[in-house]
Amino acid sequence: MDARVIRLEPHPAQRGDAWWAAPLLTAIALVAFVAYAVWAALQNGNYYAAPYLSPFYSPCVAARCTHVSVPLVGAWWTLSPALLVLWVPGGFRASCYYYRKAYYRSLFRSPVACAVPDAARDYRGETRFPLVLQNVHRYFFYLTLPVLAFLWWDALRAFRFADGWGLGLGTLVLCANAALLTLYCLSCNSCRHACGGHLDSFHGAPIRSRAWKIVSRLNEKHREFGWVSLASVVLADFYVRLLSVGLLNDPRLF
Amino acid sequence: MLDAVREVQATQAGDLAVRWNCKAGKCGSCSAEVNGIPRLMCMTRLDGLPTGEPVTVGPMRSFPLIRDLVTDVSFNYEKAAGIPSFQPVPAGADGKRRMYQEDVERIQEFHRCIECFLCQNTCHVVRDHADLRPHYSGPRSFVRIAALEMHPLDAGDRLPLLKDGAGIGLCNVTKCCTEVCPEQIRITDNAIIPLKERVADRYYDPIAAFLRCFKRTP
Ligand code: SF4
Ligand code: SF4
Ligand code: FES
Repeated sequence: MDARVIRLEPHPAQRGDAWWAAPLLTAIALVAFVAYAVWAALQNGNYYAAPYLSPFYSPCVAARCTHVSVPLVGAWWTLSPALLVLWVPGGFRASCYYYRKAYYRSLFRSPVACAVPDAARDYRGETRFPLVLQNVHRYFFYLTLPVLAFLWWDALRAFRFADGWGLGLGTLVLCANAALLTLYCLSCNSCRHACGGHLDSFHGAPIRSRAWKIVSRLNEKHREFGWVSLASVVLADFYVRLLSVGLLNDPRLF
Repeated sequence: MLDAVREVQATQAGDLAVRWNCKAGKCGSCSAEVNGIPRLMCMTRLDGLPTGEPVTVGPMRSFPLIRDLVTDVSFNYEKAAGIPSFQPVPAGADGKRRMYQEDVERIQEFHRCIECFLCQNTCHVVRDHADLRPHYSGPRSFVRIAALEMHPLDAGDRLPLLKDGAGIGLCNVTKCCTEVCPEQIRITDNAIIPLKERVADRYYDPIAAFLRCFKRTP
C-alpha cells in the first residue's frame, strides 16, 4: 500500500465535499417561494379566471372576493382576501417538521450541514419563545384540513364551465395541485401521531393501526411531497394569473 | 478504511491508537471521522473516497480525546444511566404478559442500535454547545427512550425526563443523527418526532389537556 501518514494535531480537516450545495439550493428555493407567495398574496386581483380559483386565494372568504367561496368576512375587508386564509397553510408549512429542518439548516445554519460547526451562538433549540411555538404544528394540521377540502371543491368546480361540464388544462392543474397537497398533508408527522402514533399497542385498534401504517408509508416521502406541492401551488397560481390577465388561453381538452 | 489504518499501524506507526472489534459494522467500536464525515471505519471503502487527494482520518470530535483515534465516550453511558429502565405492566389474569407482532415491529428498529455513538458525535447540540450537555441526552438516548415509551408492556413514564432532563426540545430535527447512523435507524422520523409529539400532547396541547380531565374522572 502506498501511504504516507501525516499526524495532524489536534484534529484533521473539515469536510472537504460540497456540503454547502444542498443548503444553498434549499435557501434559494425557500426564499423564492416566500417572495412569490407574498407578491401573489398582495396582488388582490387576477386570482380568478372562470372556472379556476388560485389556491393562494382559496377559500375566498371576503365579501369583496372576485369569486366568493364562503362569505365569512363582510365588505369592510378591503385588503387582499388571501391574507385571511394564507396564514393557515403558511403556518402549517412553517411549523412542518420537514421545513423546520430545511430552514434551520439552510437559513439559520444551525447546523448548515452535518459535522459543520453551528452558526448559532446562543442556541436553545425549540425550548424558548418563539421556536417553542413549533409545538402547535398539530393545530395547523387540523386547520389545513378544511382549506384542503375547499381546494378539492375548487378542483371540482374547475370542471364546470359557462357552457357546461368540460375539462381544461386548468382543471388538470387544480386537480393535480389538490392531490399533491393532500399527499403532503396526509404524510404530516402530526397526522401520523394523531391517527395511531400515540398508541403503545396497535392490538385491538385495527383501524388506527391500518391508518398509522398507511400514513407511515406516506411519511417516508414527506419531504418530496413538501417540495412538489410547493411547486404545484406556485404553478397553479401562476397559471390562473396568466389566464386572468389574458396572456394565455386555457386549452379545452373537451 | 479500517484495514488501511491497521496496515499503517502494522508497518509505519506501531503506536497508533485505534479501537476496533468486529470489522463488520456490528460492534460500533471503530467510529471516526473520515474526510471530516463521521462514519464507521470498517464500513468505509477507500475506493469510495475521492482519489488523488489525501484521506484524513480523525477521532470523533465531540468526545474527549484519549489518543489518536480513541475517544472517551463515557458521556453517552452517563446519559444512558439516567434513563429509567423497563418497568413491566402487571401480568394478565393468566399470569402472563402478551406482546403482539405488530407492536414488536415498530420498536425492533430501535434495537438495531450498535452504540457506535456516531449520532451523538454528529448532533450539533452535543458537538457545538458544550454548555447544553448537562441538559441534553442526545439522539442515542432518544432512540432508547422511544424503544421503552412505545413498548406495549412498559408502564414507565419518561415524558417529564424527555422534556426537561433529556432536553428533547433542544433537538431541532435537522436529522444529522439519521444521516450518519450506520444501522439506518430513522432516528428523527421514528424516534425523535414521535416523542416530540408525545411531549406536545402532555405539555403543549391545551385541547388534549382538556380532554384528559374527562378521562381521569371515573
Ligand atoms: S435531529 Fe436532533 S438529535 Fe438528531 S442530530 Fe439533529 S438536533 Fe441532534
Ligand atoms: S442510533 Fe445509530 S448512530 Fe446512534 S449509536 Fe445507535 S447505531 Fe450508532
Ligand atoms: S406538515 Fe410536515 S410534519 Fe406536519
